[in-house]
Amino acid sequence: MTSGRRPAQPDFVRAARSLVAAALLALAPWASAAGWDVATLMELLSRNKPGRATFNETRHLALLDRPLELSGELRFTPPNRLEKRTLAPGTDSMVVDGDVLTLERAGRRHTLSLREHPEIAVFIESIRGTLAGDRAALERAYALALEGEAKRWNLVLKPLSPVAAGFVARIEVSGRQADIHRVEIFQADGDRTLMMIRRTDP
Amino acid sequence: MRHRALRVAIWLAGLALCVLQVANTRFVADLSSFLPRAPTPEQRLLVDQLREGALSRVVLLGIEGADAATRGALSRALADGLRRDPAFAAVANGAAAGHERERELLFAHRYALSPAVDARRFSVEGLREAVTETVALLASPAGPALKAIVPRDPTGELVGLVERLQSTSGPRVEEGVWVSPDGARALLIARTLAGASDIDAQSRAIASAEAAFAKAVAQSGGKAGQARLVLTGAGVFSVRARAMIESEVLRIGIVAGAFVVILLLAVYRSAAALALGLAPVVTGALAGIAAVSLGHGLVHGITLGFGTTLIGEAVDYSIFLFVQAGRDERPGGDAWIRGSWPTIRLGVATSIAGFAALLLSGLPGLAQLGLYSIVGLIVAALVARYVLPALLPPGLRVRDLSAAGERLATLASMARRLRWAVAVLAAAAVAVLASRPGTLWDTELASLNPIGAGDRKLDAELRAGLAAPDARFMVAVFAPSEDAALAAAEKLGERMDRLVAEGKLAGYESPARFLPSLATQKARRDSLPEAAALRERLVPALAGLPLRAGKLEPFVADVQQAREAPALTRASFRGTALDLALDGLLFADASGRWTALVGLRGVSNAFDPGAIAGAVSASGVPGALFLDLKAEADRLYAGYLEQAVLLCSLGVLAVAAILLAAIRSPRRVARILAPLLASVLVVAALHALAGTRLTIPHLVGLTLIVAIGSNYALFFDRIGERAGPDAARTLASLALANVTTIASFGLLGLSSIPVLNAIGSSVAVGAFLSLVFSAAWSSGSGQPSRGDAAA
Repeated sequence: MTSGRRPAQPDFVRAARSLVAAALLALAPWASAAGWDVATLMELLSRNKPGRATFNETRHLALLDRPLELSGELRFTPPNRLEKRTLAPGTDSMVVDGDVLTLERAGRRHTLSLREHPEIAVFIESIRGTLAGDRAALERAYALALEGEAKRWNLVLKPLSPVAAGFVARIEVSGRQADIHRVEIFQADGDRTLMMIRRTDP
Repeated sequence: MRHRALRVAIWLAGLALCVLQVANTRFVADLSSFLPRAPTPEQRLLVDQLREGALSRVVLLGIEGADAATRGALSRALADGLRRDPAFAAVANGAAAGHERERELLFAHRYALSPAVDARRFSVEGLREAVTETVALLASPAGPALKAIVPRDPTGELVGLVERLQSTSGPRVEEGVWVSPDGARALLIARTLAGASDIDAQSRAIASAEAAFAKAVAQSGGKAGQARLVLTGAGVFSVRARAMIESEVLRIGIVAGAFVVILLLAVYRSAAALALGLAPVVTGALAGIAAVSLGHGLVHGITLGFGTTLIGEAVDYSIFLFVQAGRDERPGGDAWIRGSWPTIRLGVATSIAGFAALLLSGLPGLAQLGLYSIVGLIVAALVARYVLPALLPPGLRVRDLSAAGERLATLASMARRLRWAVAVLAAAAVAVLASRPGTLWDTELASLNPIGAGDRKLDAELRAGLAAPDARFMVAVFAPSEDAALAAAEKLGERMDRLVAEGKLAGYESPARFLPSLATQKARRDSLPEAAALRERLVPALAGLPLRAGKLEPFVADVQQAREAPALTRASFRGTALDLALDGLLFADASGRWTALVGLRGVSNAFDPGAIAGAVSASGVPGALFLDLKAEADRLYAGYLEQAVLLCSLGVLAVAAILLAAIRSPRRVARILAPLLASVLVVAALHALAGTRLTIPHLVGLTLIVAIGSNYALFFDRIGERAGPDAARTLASLALANVTTIASFGLLGLSSIPVLNAIGSSVAVGAFLSLVFSAAWSSGSGQPSRGDAAA
């Protein structure tokens, strides 16, 4: 289902990545001094219990004249099961459990492996890894940078692998304490997806 | 003296001719000789294609042990290794990697391949529907992956194609690769370049796969050492069968030979007697092989294995000759020729009557065994009668076995007290057999398969896990050209689509999916609008949708190109996995007639053959053939079983007729046959009690009990005519002959080749029982038997 050709990694992506790394190094002492760093956030998130939420998603695609608006519900079962059920405009569902991604639409099911599809994994791992507070998993795939404080934080994830970077420039996850409020994905081709999340369980 | 020299000269000349023929013989070890051939030409063609064709080239691989992640990594490494291996034409393990070429091919030819393409699809209305669906897909989780091809494929033809080509119930995927339903095995499917019948090439391919796996294990490290590779498939089975037959035949031959040599040395205490005693056996074996070679053009390994039974039978003649010759009498002298030879001659005749049932069998392998045995026995008997006496050195004496014979006579007279026990045993056997009429016979062709039940179970598991079409249910259509065969498959496919929609069929594989007929391709091409018309239609079609026509120029260009593109042909697929898929489903025979196979997948293995047969006839494709290959094969086997029952019954009747002609006393014939039939019943009952279902080879074994056992019964019948040392020596020779028979057939009974095992175990036990039962029912030495009208 892909064109079979992936954009080569432009030099500036690599340059940007080294810049980010440098910035991270520079910021690290300050962050830990404030008592608010990636480790603290991850510790906080990892205590998340199974949860449910609703989402509203807006996809801005250069291909389309106007953004696509979607809404539905999310369900997360630590440590690695994430369910996304779209209820409007159409219904479909996506379940990620471990490495297996199951898509269901119009009565048809597709199962694929995240490892085999880095272009899909790069989108999913950012949300799932953050929800789970799985620092190790996140750091395997992204360079992490944390901004803000516990009651209003913003985590920036930049894909490490060239293949993933060909699809996604960066992902910003923001929230308050252990709650994630918003996920914004900036794709390499300029397309952008914004997902607002509201927890529904007590 | 000249007379003797002449005999020896004829013998040596014959021996030389046999050696010459044997030296130029082709030996085979595959098992198709023991599988029946299909009766109708259509089925024969089909079975041949399945045996030699693409389906036979499938190798199923499973990786067991270690953990799921390790198995996944090994599966990828193994697939990589096999893809680089020239012995394999294609490999799939469920991983998306390695199928880029196929995807590009499908994308390039999407308008020729997609059944959705028709005039309506490219009307304003049709375009609008298709693009609406694509926009909905963009909003789905698959959207980001799909986005890039939308400008070229806004109607979603590729998505539709991939969905249709992927089986609805593909294998389970774990760690990115196919796994068994329980997740315990990683699964791969590969196709060898060579057909299953090229056993040498298959053997190399298997070794190569095993080496690739070992390399993958070595490179992975960690837990990979705990993983192991399992392989099945027609080619794998052929290789294993050959290895098994080769090693077993050799082992059986060596052990049987060594046993007889040691036994005869112990008994004769004379190397010269041993060498002479083996002369009839060796001559008979060579003559038998030469005869099979002349009659069948080739000799099967199993026939050679069966040859050891000839040792057991033919060595008896020299035993009778040496041992029965009295102390004062020259072996092969006039007295022996008058006293013992007629009995031996009669024994040879009854044995031949039994083996004739094999000779006439429709299974070429069994017919070989029959021809081999008959020729071998006749030649061995003739050598024992006419050549051996001429070769005997004047002073040759073997150990006198009278003393041992006396002891045996005492045993035999004790056996006579068991007379009624034998009857009770036979009655019990009848009761056992009568109590299980349903499970007595094995009616499945698979029972002849040399591959063990464990391997067959593994094969079935891997096949089920891979959801590979099991080649059991299929529809075959025949046509004079490739294109006509594809058109017929398309016509059939329309009906199958309906069955799928009705839920009566899970799916089907048709070659027309990859390669539509020229007419269908033309119809699809013709329904594509010109660039100007398409642009014109896109404007109203996209009204209200977020996609602008201006973004779809690549689509307009692709459609324009597809309109002018040459038709998709078989050559377009050369070297891809799709080409291999076609290979198995579309082929021509030597006469140039084309066959297209449509493989059917049942709904959770439940099949409604009536609905399918109805759909096939409704399709109006002339000569379309709905086949349930397993049912066909089992029907075939049932036919052979019926034939075998008839032949074996005739064999027993022939034995009775020969005895009657020689003895001319129905009463004595009945007395000879009764213990033999009791043995047959007891052996059959023992098989039933052991849980073995009887097959054609068992039936043959039971017939041979009567044929071979009659030799002992005959001697017991005639022992009454002799007395003293003569009778004792006869008894000793009988016991010795019996031991060699039991040993040679018993060795076959230990074989893991079902054909040999069934015959061997039946005859070994039966021969022993025949001797004991015959002793029990003999009239007893010293007392002249009643109704004496001896031959």
